[in-house]
Amino acid sequence: MKEDAAQPLPGIDTAISSRIRLARNIAGYPFTTKMTDDQGAQILEKVKDAVFSGTDAQKRGMEYIELHSLKPLDRQFLVERHLVSPEFVERDENRAVILRKDEKISIMINEEDHLRIQCIFPGMQMKEAWELCNKLDTRLEEKLDFAFEKNTGYLTCCPTNTGTGMRASVMLHLPALAMTGYIKGILENCGKIGVAVRGAYGENSESTGNLFQISNQVTLGQNEDEIICGISNITSQISEQERILRLELYKQSPLRFEDRIFRSLGLLKNARIISAEESLKLLSDVRLGVIMDLIKGIEVGKINEMMLMVHPAYLQKLSGGELKPDEREQRRAELMRTHLQDSIQ
Amino acid sequence: MLCQQCQKREASVHFTQIINGNKAVMYLCSQCAEKKGHFVISPQLNLGDFLWGFPGLAQSEGFTTVKKPDEVCCDFCGLSIDEFRKTGKLGCGNCYKAFDESLNPILRRLHGGVQHTGKVPKKAAECIREMNELEGLRKQLSEAINNEEYEQAAELRDRIRVLESSDKQCGGAI
Ligand SMILES: [Zn+2]
Ligand SMILES: [Zn+2]
Repeated sequence: MKEDAAQPLPGIDTAISSRIRLARNIAGYPFTTKMTDDQGAQILEKVKDAVFSGTDAQKRGMEYIELHSLKPLDRQFLVERHLVSPEFVERDENRAVILRKDEKISIMINEEDHLRIQCIFPGMQMKEAWELCNKLDTRLEEKLDFAFEKNTGYLTCCPTNTGTGMRASVMLHLPALAMTGYIKGILENCGKIGVAVRGAYGENSESTGNLFQISNQVTLGQNEDEIICGISNITSQISEQERILRLELYKQSPLRFEDRIFRSLGLLKNARIISAEESLKLLSDVRLGVIMDLIKGIEVGKINEMMLMVHPAYLQKLSGGELKPDEREQRRAELMRTHLQDSIQ
Repeated sequence: MLCQQCQKREASVHFTQIINGNKAVMYLCSQCAEKKGHFVISPQLNLGDFLWGFPGLAQSEGFTTVKKPDEVCCDFCGLSIDEFRKTGKLGCGNCYKAFDESLNPILRRLHGGVQHTGKVPKKAAECIREMNELEGLRKQLSEAINNEEYEQAAELRDRIRVLESSDKQCGGAI
């Protein structure tokens, strides 16, 4: 998502973004697992109608994009920016996404459920994301009859989403916890209380920038506020531990700490070819340095954006077209250098 | 969701075990997990297998597999219970009714509870309110009849008729 540079964002030192996703299905139609081509096309029309029939203010900046009209590169770009799921772009028949320009709203149509309504906000803004998502959902239900049953709640294709249909998640940057290995205990504790933790881009946390996604697993028996409250609590506890540990690591050896951060900055500012994995590893250090005010003259929002930029589709889009793998490594290094030029030590 | 081992306490841990070279994942409470010793967090698993328990482990103590009912099919979308077993995915809102018996324990295991307490769409809320009112009136009616208050019973019956004439399906499951 794009960020307003003006005001400081809550929790930005550890939280990259907060996301709410609601799963909804339209009553009277089979779920995507059982619907015909014709029904799929009708769902597309119904949702499009419902979204674009509102007042001008409500549909301002909203764009309807059919998946088959997108090139593979553009699809991958949406995945990298977390606007659609990786599963969503695997097939393209009767699939479309509605995006708001500021990227705070995206509605996937005919993913696993007829609708996946998603709101993402930068930093720790779960409540804000839920407010917007709830408003949008309430507006849509005036036009659409959602499959709902009073005991089971919103009926979803997969029983793991039944009830509220809500997934609340926060993307956290946890370099100190990851560096010291304390993250393992935290992951285990999260598992014990029904909270899922995923390394953001894969298994090895360093090569993925030490990003972790925390989300709820329970959707039935807890209401939306309780789910958000639970995830917010866990997130702030983890963040607090990360903060303490960052300071502790610095206190133990300021010289070593600074050395690591400025080496990473130096590499990014000077490398001529660089892989996505190495970039993320180094950007994680640089982000830590910016947050701890060791590196000055660069916004943390910019580092967040750079963490997305290293991925192949975004990189190639910024370069105006497809690149061969070795061209990518070169182009990536160029991008990192240009974006870090302003940072003074 | 409930612990797959004791079926009593809330499950809190993903337990991964290698049995005959196959990876099996269970959801356990912390006590049962402790008894087993080592555990790993492992979110990736075959949903169908998970929902239905682990057939290969059915004999070993503490494991429960959901008994396969005779081929039940949803009469709206045609999904069979076998398909649901394989994919873990439902075919339509009516499936929730059609597979009620199998689905309830699964929902309980996944979420701990089976009663929705969250947001209700406005249209459904209105309808649920009417249904609850109807239920209340019917209760009053039978009490009135028991107490031989026939005048009041007649009045109640009229109100019930009015509400029943607007017979709606709350939210529209299918
Ligand atoms: Zn147990
Ligand atoms: Zn069905």
